[in-house]
Amino acid sequence: MQNITTMVRRELGAYFLSPIAYAVNAIFLFSCGLAFGLGTFRTGAEASLRGLCEFWMLLILCFVLPMLTMRLMSEELRSGTIETLLTAPISEIEVVLGKFFGALGFYLILLATLLLYPVLLATFGAVDVKLLICNYLGLFLVGALYIAAGLFFSTLTRHQVIAVLLSFALLALMTFAFHALSTLFDAGLAKVVLQQLSIRTHFQDFVRGMLDLNHLVFFVSLTVFFLFLSVKLLEMRRWK
Amino acid sequence: MIDVSHLTKMYGPFRAVDDISFHVEKGGVVGFLGPNGAGKTTTIRILTCYHPATAGAASIGGFDVFRQSMEVRRRIGYLPESTPLYPEMRVREYLHFRGKLRGMALPERQAAIKRVTDRCWLGEFVDRPIGQLSKGMKQRVGLADAIMHDPEVLILDEPTIGLDPTQIRETRSLIRELGERHTVLLSSHILHEVEHTCSRTIIIAGGRIVASGSPQELRDRLRAQARVVTELRGPRDEVERTVRGLPGVQKVQVDSVDGWHRLAVEAAPESDIREDIFRLTTSKGWSLREIRRDEATLEDFFVQVTRQQQERKSE
Repeated sequence: MQNITTMVRRELGAYFLSPIAYAVNAIFLFSCGLAFGLGTFRTGAEASLRGLCEFWMLLILCFVLPMLTMRLMSEELRSGTIETLLTAPISEIEVVLGKFFGALGFYLILLATLLLYPVLLATFGAVDVKLLICNYLGLFLVGALYIAAGLFFSTLTRHQVIAVLLSFALLALMTFAFHALSTLFDAGLAKVVLQQLSIRTHFQDFVRGMLDLNHLVFFVSLTVFFLFLSVKLLEMRRWK
Repeated sequence: MIDVSHLTKMYGPFRAVDDISFHVEKGGVVGFLGPNGAGKTTTIRILTCYHPATAGAASIGGFDVFRQSMEVRRRIGYLPESTPLYPEMRVREYLHFRGKLRGMALPERQAAIKRVTDRCWLGEFVDRPIGQLSKGMKQRVGLADAIMHDPEVLILDEPTIGLDPTQIRETRSLIRELGERHTVLLSSHILHEVEHTCSRTIIIAGGRIVASGSPQELRDRLRAQARVVTELRGPRDEVERTVRGLPGVQKVQVDSVDGWHRLAVEAAPESDIREDIFRLTTSKGWSLREIRRDEATLEDFFVQVTRQQQERKSE
């Protein structure tokens, strides 16, 4: 446990020391601001983040989070620091969890900056706080899943570019492609399967302000699954 | 302190380490010597719990490197060959991070950082980002990290590679000092280094141990088969016949230039035939212009054993 907090602090520190994180941060805030300013923050629109979360936030996170997670493991593998790390008394699980929570912490800081939007909205209309909390919970769960998937691809290769491309591909497939494909079917098994696999479908209820255990289980289990794969992959590297 | 028995490591069909066994007592510096690709780094990675072995067992301080990996890792300090570090961190931050991983509390870490940065001449660089340091300074940071928790066993993989001559000398004297408190296993492909820093040497080639002992013992083993080289003038046939007839002589090689015969004489171990040759030349009335014993260096020994190993492998 102590090792995990040590790792989390190092990873968070590494984010604030690297120029890439600031660039990613800027891209994130700019694109969110654009989507919010042009889409939601208009006269006559409702005072909530629903419009923003519906589509734009997913798209932005799909691109931004892999850029944050690509260096997590790839950099250690490329520079060889993985050797000093894994010969210190720390287990693979602790390494993976430390890196995951470090990236999640940075993501939470990004999310916190978005709290400016509801504050702005509140000056012009009544904001539904419960809906807002539900939106944020959804964003948190989606982010955690994206980070876990990104961490997995980062563990897979020592090339950051490959890690980021593979993460884009998988996340775009699971978020948008499955959702789009499921609308092609009227009913039947194929539609159900595609809907159950689609991140966007599971996320939509959070946007609408509905809490469903089904979606919670989906996000948490898939996140844990990717973390488990990362641990196994890291253990496997030793045997090569 | 370090016990290795019948250790084997395969990378696919390639045997990187082939059934090696050795034992290192507590204290002192042990050199692990071999040409590039001999299996030094592989053996070290098994000892430091980074790679598991294919067969055989190894233990450090009585703890098995595979089954009691965490216990072993707490007791060793390891400096990998390329000295990997996080360039964005400052030296002090990095050492704090490493100390925390080893479960050291804050006051303990602060004292340890003070101690190791003094010891490794890092004093004024302690608040610099690691990425800005030179190769030699980075090496010292890696060394400081390896000794900060006062480990029982220090494992250094090619610690002087890429350093300038002054830094090499400083690092070697530091390693000798460290050998007084810790058990140090030092790998190198540079003979000179091992000869000057180590109390015992293990020579490895082609994944096998080909020799081990103190540098003096290894040199003695070679001197046992030392050659005497002499140059004298006289009738060639008679010279060759009589020298061959001297007691203990096993092999004579003759080269004749301008009436002078250059003889390379190999005699029985522990014998010295220089005096016999001198007496022979004076009694026969031949001229003698050179007589000397080929002094054996560790280098010869090294070249000899590694060549033998390669020949055996290719057969």
